[in-house]
Amino acid sequence: MALLDKHKTIEKNASILLVLSLLVVLVGGLVQIVPLFYLQNTIENVQGMRPYTPLELAGRNIYIREGCYVCHSQMVRPMRDEVERYGHYSLAAESMYDHPFQWGSKRTGPDLARVGGKYSNTWHVDHLSNPEAIVPESVMPKYAYLATSELSPDYIDDVMATHRMVGVPYTDDQIANAKADFVAQTLPDGDTSGLLGRYGAKVTVADFDGKPRVSEMDALVAYLQVLGTMVDFSTFTPDASR
Amino acid sequence: MWDYAKLIVLAAVALLAAIAANYAHDLPYMVNAVEVAIAAAITFIYVLRHVGEETPKTPNEYQDGVIRAGVIATAFWGVVGFLVGVVIAFQLAFPSLNLGNVTEGILNFGRLRPLHTSAVIFAFGGNALIMSAFYVVQRTSAARLWGGGLGWFVFWGWQLMIVLAASSYILGGTQGKEYAETVWYIDLWITVVWVAFLAVFVGTLVKRREPHIYVANWFYLSMILTVAMLHLVNNAALPVSILGSLSVPVYSGVQDAMVQWWYGHNAVGFFLTAGFLGMMYYFVPKQVERPVYSYKLSIIHFWALIFLYIWAGPHHLHYTALPDWASTLGMVFSVMLWMPSWGGMINGLMTLSGAWDKLRTDPVVRMMVIAIGFYGMSTFEGPVMSIKAVNSLSHYTDWTIGHVHSGALGWNGMITFSVLYFLTPRLWNREGLYSLKLVSWHFWLATIGIVLYASSMWVTGIMEGLMWREVDANGFLVNAFADTVAAKFPMYVVRGLGGAMFLIGALIMVYNLWMTVKAQPAKASAYAAVPAE
Repeated sequence: MALLDKHKTIEKNASILLVLSLLVVLVGGLVQIVPLFYLQNTIENVQGMRPYTPLELAGRNIYIREGCYVCHSQMVRPMRDEVERYGHYSLAAESMYDHPFQWGSKRTGPDLARVGGKYSNTWHVDHLSNPEAIVPESVMPKYAYLATSELSPDYIDDVMATHRMVGVPYTDDQIANAKADFVAQTLPDGDTSGLLGRYGAKVTVADFDGKPRVSEMDALVAYLQVLGTMVDFSTFTPDASR
Repeated sequence: MWDYAKLIVLAAVALLAAIAANYAHDLPYMVNAVEVAIAAAITFIYVLRHVGEETPKTPNEYQDGVIRAGVIATAFWGVVGFLVGVVIAFQLAFPSLNLGNVTEGILNFGRLRPLHTSAVIFAFGGNALIMSAFYVVQRTSAARLWGGGLGWFVFWGWQLMIVLAASSYILGGTQGKEYAETVWYIDLWITVVWVAFLAVFVGTLVKRREPHIYVANWFYLSMILTVAMLHLVNNAALPVSILGSLSVPVYSGVQDAMVQWWYGHNAVGFFLTAGFLGMMYYFVPKQVERPVYSYKLSIIHFWALIFLYIWAGPHHLHYTALPDWASTLGMVFSVMLWMPSWGGMINGLMTLSGAWDKLRTDPVVRMMVIAIGFYGMSTFEGPVMSIKAVNSLSHYTDWTIGHVHSGALGWNGMITFSVLYFLTPRLWNREGLYSLKLVSWHFWLATIGIVLYASSMWVTGIMEGLMWREVDANGFLVNAFADTVAAKFPMYVVRGLGGAMFLIGALIMVYNLWMTVKAQPAKASAYAAVPAE
């Protein structure tokens, strides 16, 4: 083929080879990634979505730290069995404040996108401490040490401020009161009006692990309990065309 | 003068790292800072002891020291990565092997899994790529590596990156993105080392004394470029503090998912495919002493492969909240990708034309051929799994894990082993390998190990996919999730055994290479690596 004979120009010049390769590998990514930043169905707002409370955000960081995402997905696909097993299929908007996303790629354990509110706080603490005691078939590691690791709110306002810089709409008020809200979420008998005023009345306030002081267990369970609960699917009507 | 500048910089780095360790916000950051301080101090002492020394001028010799070091590092990290893999495989069968409850999370599956994937991809695979690229680009350009000591900087910089990443993973330092778990400051360091790698490679190409750039170098070059692009875009993040390991990625949700799998799939497509095809295009013709089968096919193979691969990422996101058009594009391009992949396989296999008899006499050739065979197998399996109807069953299951391992163990592992067998006698100037019989043992242990691994994962993957979706006559789900976990136990044991066989094979290789250097007689005519004038 005559066209292929012209290839010697490229293979005799390192600069041309370099520039052409770069152009060729740029195309696919541009076409697939760029539209996602402006297409309506990927950036839509759905009622109920709010940024994580300071305690939930800290719990999310523990979820990431322990590598939960390597065995648990957070993305319910719209197949019959998944909707049956886990609940309404996941919306793009439901992970709009997730930096990074935690959809996962593997279900060594079940999907967690809608685990919030399915089990009691005590169940989660017991299960995380010794999964095989609750589910004999489980192959999940034990996480009892989370309950004894005290969690300090020292840097949580910095974490929230950084999230704000990448687009999560935390208000000045939320960041200024981050440390107080962090503790308030574990004190059901305390004054929670500030926390609920800033994040909504649906926030779960509880002494999750039943122990004084805020532990990593408190934060992780607070995070698990909010997963998939922000959008109210009894009133939500999905857009027909995607 | 240059030495004094280096000493000042190194002293400053050691001091700053020690201060940073003192004020660290979290454990992984503190440990990493101490490691950086130690590394800078050691380099400081090394530079200090060699101040003012004349470096011998050898412009007409290949720079092979850094490649010898790369051969050792490849074998070492390979064994480490396989070992961690065997450990986590058995953790899934016997969860009591997770010791995290007494060690505060260290050695739990969730922390060892990123250690395993990074160790095999970036430590074993990365060292194999860097070392073989340095070897190939010098031989095919008839030129010494460009940049003087820069090649050594790439080597040691990469090893430092591996140590930093490994220690931060087990202490809980992670970015939470698969195959891109390294935290922000390690990402920055990777960028520095990678740019140096690009500079050495392109510098050597530019000063080549051959008119044509050999096809292996096209693949290496596109791999280095594309990996740089993927790494920079996917790891864009804001650190929470300069004194902590935590950072916040700039993308979220569906955009982050798309960027991540654009990165993730092309870490496979470029790091583990294009780069290793570079190895195939040089070392297979060398070992069988035949030219590449078709020059025109290699041109089509190259451009089609790099153009199509980059589109395939969204097949990791079928039926998710990613828009349908994007995942359909991912599927269509994945299926098209089958063609250039098999074109490359044919080009590699047919290079043996007229030399097929070597399969009987040379176990290294046998290893190369099975590597290309596994390449063809997994580049067929991949497109099949990317079809939406198949993916609805296979996604989230062990089938994916099996697919990855038939590619990683079969293709990347086997081709790298054969390159190590090729290089060791040549780089240490030895009269052939210590034992071809041991190569045969390695070959069969590894091959049977992969077969056990892949077939057990097919069984568990398809089984759990079917069990999850099974409904009874009244429309209720038949199986609880826990039932599917219990059903996988026997196959998990088989998989662990397959991995153990692969590891034992690699240990036999290490012994064989060690004895080659130690016990084999030196080659009679001194192997002078002088490029052609």
